[in-house]
Amino acid sequence: MRLRHQLGPHERKPPTELAHGRRTATSTESDQPPAVKVRGLEKSYAGFPAVAGIDLTISHGEIFALLGPNGAGKTTTVEILEGYRARDGGELTVLGYDPGHERTELKGHIGIVLQSTAVEQYLTVAETLTMYAQMYPHPRPVDEVIGLVGLADKRDARVIQLSGGMQRRLDMAIALTGDPQLLFLDEPTTGFDPSARHEAWDVIRDLAALGKTVFLTTHYMDEAQYLADRVAVIAEGRIVAEGPPSTLGHRDRSTARVRYRQPAGTTPPLGLGAPPGPDGFVEVAVDDAVTDVHRLLHWAVEEGVELEGFEVKRPSLEDVYLSLTDHRSGEQHDSDATGRSS
Amino acid sequence: MTTTALTFSQVRYVNKAFWRNPSRAFFTFAFPLMFLVIFTSLLGNGTVHIGLMSVKASTYYVAAMASFGVITACYSNIAMTMAFQRDTGVLKRIDGSPLPSGSFLGSRVIHALFVAVLLVVITAAFGWAFYGAEIPRGILLVRFLVMLVVGAAAFCALGLAVTAVIPNADAAPAIVNASILPLLFLSGIFIPFGNNTPTWIVWIARIFPVRHFAAGMQAGFIGTPFDWTDVIVVAAWGLAGLVLAIRFFSWEPRSG
Repeated sequence: MRLRHQLGPHERKPPTELAHGRRTATSTESDQPPAVKVRGLEKSYAGFPAVAGIDLTISHGEIFALLGPNGAGKTTTVEILEGYRARDGGELTVLGYDPGHERTELKGHIGIVLQSTAVEQYLTVAETLTMYAQMYPHPRPVDEVIGLVGLADKRDARVIQLSGGMQRRLDMAIALTGDPQLLFLDEPTTGFDPSARHEAWDVIRDLAALGKTVFLTTHYMDEAQYLADRVAVIAEGRIVAEGPPSTLGHRDRSTARVRYRQPAGTTPPLGLGAPPGPDGFVEVAVDDAVTDVHRLLHWAVEEGVELEGFEVKRPSLEDVYLSLTDHRSGEQHDSDATGRSS
Repeated sequence: MTTTALTFSQVRYVNKAFWRNPSRAFFTFAFPLMFLVIFTSLLGNGTVHIGLMSVKASTYYVAAMASFGVITACYSNIAMTMAFQRDTGVLKRIDGSPLPSGSFLGSRVIHALFVAVLLVVITAAFGWAFYGAEIPRGILLVRFLVMLVVGAAAFCALGLAVTAVIPNADAAPAIVNASILPLLFLSGIFIPFGNNTPTWIVWIARIFPVRHFAAGMQAGFIGTPFDWTDVIVVAAWGLAGLVLAIRFFSWEPRSG
């Protein structure tokens, strides 16, 4: 199962420039100003710092995921960028606008999917989207948007008749009607069952194919890994790691671990043996995975030893995430890869 | 689209949604008529003295229930709908769109006015057919319409303002009813004032807008003297409601 993470489908685009630490330099690659630029963002509620000095730079066309446990400051951050909340400190531009002072101008250029939101229950899908399209200067055709989110056969159904997953797709459709350059998705699949999540992911990928910049928050590792070009991990209001999902927290350069069940009475090559754990498996860290695995397998074939359950592991994104956010938020880690069912 | 066109487009969508919600549309219209039938059946044979005039109680109730209908359609409906839509995130979603907030709220008020006028027309026709109410005409009709529109708008503004003290959608019916039901009784809507009405009740009725609004409705239906002071008091309450609504209206759900 662990290996699946490495073989995951996240190699959709070549990873953007590798960037560690609090700042990235991706925006310098183009002459365009970044879609989102955040410096030293701060926000406190009743003296408690929810966001404690965040720096972010997001390029046009990038899918960026802000990953963190509940209560880490994700929603506060994204709602400041959307203009819903005022910041206490820091500099901020979104598509060249300051969401604090130029919110009215900004509204026409962004699409927002909120964590929990609703629309009038007694209008149809097409009516709802037509109504929202009227508010924007350059809307996308309503039927095109309906097709994009896969609601064509529900075009004339009332919102109250839609399932939870379909209502979420309608949320995304509304966010798209204004043909925004930048799309904010705040925990777009929380509360979904696995099939609804995969449907939503497909929609988000289709959006990215339109060249939209996407700012996503999530507490699901697999969601960030599947969708994002770049991930920033937030814990207690600070960015603790940042980079493409494949290299986050140096996991591409981390030591690999070899694991197998050692039959009794055999002696593995030097440096590749260890006392078996309670489950009878040996697990050793290897510095040079290719050479060491070759030595182990060569020995097994030569000696006729059966290496039951043999595998080579690197830390998964989940391992990295848990170590980064450990001791910071207690029980909030949600490592259930299939998500909560609704 | 211009803001005006957007506002009227919003009114059309509000109207569609209103009629498609059967229970909501039904009760908005059925309640005043049901109360009219109940009150006239129970108390309709008596006589009500208004100033120097004596009118049949059934005729009195036509004006009273028209007032009640307008207050329900404007104050109660707006307050409960906005509290519900605020809690479910409808308002926050609108707040993130380029729709001007005045356009959104204005369209809700315009629709409530439309429903209020329709209610009064139905009540008037019903009262004229069965309870001997007069249909206002001429200059009286103009004054009556002024009071109707000023009153409906004022109660809409008060409905928007009261959402500030509604903590969540579940509490909305309780708070709305607690704020308006006693006042309806204390303003002689359900039970006409007589010579023995305690002074404190009369004073409450003078201070709050309900009795002043009902007096304007009575002038139309019964022919009692029309007093512009009534319009001014109702308008003042409406303005106060508007100021409070602008200051305290919230687009965000009240969590916790």
